[in-house]
Amino acid sequence: MTESKKEKWKKINKSIEERPKVQEYKDWEELSPIPISLPIEGNIGETGDWRTFRPIIKEGCTKCGICWMYCPEGVIKRKDDGSFEIDLKYCKGCGICAKECPTNNIEMVRESDVKDG
Amino acid sequence: MVETPKDYIQNEENIIIKGNVAAAYAAKSARVQVISAYPITPQTTVVEKLSEFVDNGLMPGTQYIKVESEHSVLASIIGASQAGTRTFTATSGQGLFYMHEMVHWAAGTRLPIVMAIASRGPAPPWNIWADFTDVLSQRDTGWMTAFASSHQEIYDEILMSYKVCEDSDILLPKFVSYGGFILSHTSKPVIIEDQDKVDSYLPPLPSEEGWPHIWTDPKRPMMFGNLIMPSGFYQEFRLKIHDAHMKAKAKIVEATKEFERVFGRNYGNGLVQEYKINDADVGMIIYGDLALQMEDAVDDVREEGYKVGMVKLRHFRPFPTEDIINISKKVSLLGVVDRATAFGSLTGGPVSCEVKSALHGVEGSAAILPIINGLGGREVTLEQQKEQLRTLVKLNETGEAPEDIIHGTYWDGLLEVK
Amino acid sequence: MTKLKEALESCQEEFFLPGNSCCAGCGLEIALRWAMKALGPNTALVTPASCLNVVVGLWPKTAPNFPFTNMAFAAGAAAATGMSAAFKAKSYRFPGKGWDKMTAITFAGDGGTADIGIQGLSGAAERNSDQIYVCYDNEAYMNTGIQRSSSTPHGAWTSTTTKGKDRFKKNLPAIMAAHDIPYVATCSISEPLDLFDKFKKAKSIEGCKYIHILAPCAPGWGFGSDETIDVARLAVKSGSWILYEIENGIMTLSRASKPLLDPSKRVPLIDYLSKQKRFANISEKDLIELQEYLDHTWKRIEVDLSCQDNYPK
Repeated sequence: MTESKKEKWKKINKSIEERPKVQEYKDWEELSPIPISLPIEGNIGETGDWRTFRPIIKEGCTKCGICWMYCPEGVIKRKDDGSFEIDLKYCKGCGICAKECPTNNIEMVRESDVKDG
Repeated sequence: MVETPKDYIQNEENIIIKGNVAAAYAAKSARVQVISAYPITPQTTVVEKLSEFVDNGLMPGTQYIKVESEHSVLASIIGASQAGTRTFTATSGQGLFYMHEMVHWAAGTRLPIVMAIASRGPAPPWNIWADFTDVLSQRDTGWMTAFASSHQEIYDEILMSYKVCEDSDILLPKFVSYGGFILSHTSKPVIIEDQDKVDSYLPPLPSEEGWPHIWTDPKRPMMFGNLIMPSGFYQEFRLKIHDAHMKAKAKIVEATKEFERVFGRNYGNGLVQEYKINDADVGMIIYGDLALQMEDAVDDVREEGYKVGMVKLRHFRPFPTEDIINISKKVSLLGVVDRATAFGSLTGGPVSCEVKSALHGVEGSAAILPIINGLGGREVTLEQQKEQLRTLVKLNETGEAPEDIIHGTYWDGLLEVK
Repeated sequence: MTKLKEALESCQEEFFLPGNSCCAGCGLEIALRWAMKALGPNTALVTPASCLNVVVGLWPKTAPNFPFTNMAFAAGAAAATGMSAAFKAKSYRFPGKGWDKMTAITFAGDGGTADIGIQGLSGAAERNSDQIYVCYDNEAYMNTGIQRSSSTPHGAWTSTTTKGKDRFKKNLPAIMAAHDIPYVATCSISEPLDLFDKFKKAKSIEGCKYIHILAPCAPGWGFGSDETIDVARLAVKSGSWILYEIENGIMTLSRASKPLLDPSKRVPLIDYLSKQKRFANISEKDLIELQEYLDHTWKRIEVDLSCQDNYPK
């Protein structure tokens, strides 16, 4: 085993800035001794493609934050002006936000009906 | 050099202590940081002595966890080791079996844990005396396994083990096994080494960052233990454990040599310790406390005019294949004495099976006589061992096999009520 | 009592990164999300075999943005004990580096707590192991496909109790309170801020803390992925799941459960059960037994609360 192959895995022990975002190994010799996983958004993929229905926050939103509180995935983000935005890359379309919105200002729209393509 | 501050002073002393106490002293000398304790005969004195050390302030900073079962012993040690501390524990027989699931887990996590095993026979029926089936049945788990044949060797081997286990190319846990009651509960003089000397031999305690391959640090979050699909690198991670064992052989030799340089005690090449085998016609491969007595048997039988020799097997995992092959070319017949069972295998004895495997296809290697004796702590006297050597001589010279050959193995010392 | 407005300001960071393998509408995910908002990054989480082991994804990527480890099924509490001990050993060796501020936490399912993990949990509680033990209760072995656990309620369908479970739900918080640990609490994912407060309180106490969270499971209980919160809320409002804290032996009902001492304030149990397919074939007899059990439990609590003032100090 060449020196660099043996040492490659040791990079994962470094600080967040210095370590690779995702580990890539060619073969068993390069592998780290044990499978260490590093945290990353979308670790299983863009879970947005799980959706059948997409949540859309309507104009009447009172910015109460209840949807943010209940979203299991944590994809409802609060913007600086206090309004909320849903990260559609990862939103799984469970519908909890729409169900819990006290003013019924989130609508679940069928993905195939959304016109933005 | 250890960089921890000098909290207490251990000067070199030569004291008469039980084997279990020697194991406790070794953990203390190694400055272990987390100990997990659960009592089981015949290991109990190890954790009792460590409790005494910790309670009396002789191991400052060391955490002593009193858990409620052996499964939790190893689970807590794994948790502690993952967080980046040097750990130690001890168990025997049924306790080792109870933690078997975690034994696999520790090896799969490649944690440098050292565990003292006061070996005892598996139940049922209940048996608390010397029998190495408990530790040898952990054969495939990925733990290294060493045998200590004397009280001093218990202390010494635990120290050598930390040096090998914590090597960043190895990172494997290790059993240090010795006969229950025979070594655990008898007393002999043991040299407890000066702390500075031990510190110069052992690697330093893990840094704040923890081990190189696993750590618990909020500044560098990571996760361990994911699922890996069959198409993922699972097979390759398993290969790495085997590879580490193969690499460990050289490290064991190195650590043993270094030990002799620092402390002046020799243990062969670390994997095996040969005794009068070079000019022998027949030899005995043997491990554990009976190996020490076999040395006397060899001396006595040599005086009768027979050229016999022996090899003390110090490590079962990694198995010293190359050394066994070399030894087998020096003699025409090798007896392999097991104080353990491997039911349904070729010979019924775990080590004799391994020896036979190692010698398969090797040109000019010795014939093998597998021997099983002393199960469940049954006494094996010096006379019995001398007779075993004479049996080898007779078999070698005349082809006459001993009486109690059952399924190809010589079961020595079977009872017969007349 | 943390208000939503305060949480909106201070709790924006997500520690369990989105795009993970949790089901849509997963109760566990809500529980973990809010638990981590309370605990912060100085947390080492150990999780025995459970859904949580698997939803964190496949190697080499994962969702938790804090120290996280999977562990064997029965080994959760013991492994967290070991980690907690290691942090103490490390803070001795490296003082002032924050190792004494690390919290060890076990996050186990009901199977890994009430069944296979109970020996380890009892041991950890008895030695007052410095950790927070969290049981997220989806009332069955959900990860392996909805088999019954001792935390499954009476009458519920599971794949191993196809005619409805015969025995009643094991009362884990009571078992843990009997260990004399400093803090026991029950939570529901329908009250995330209550959960947040309880975790914050637990983090500030030294010793063994036990928190039991009701985390409904859409595929396992048989309701739509958008109804998770609703079901959890009904569990509380019907009085079926009681929110309380037991601090040093003294019980206090939480805000959402306190009014339900008055039976007229409780939503009918059938409203809660009828939302879940696992109770679709529940018999009249089972329903009556469950209602009686619920009423009986509340009467006991009423008596216990009134006696507490007379406990010796």
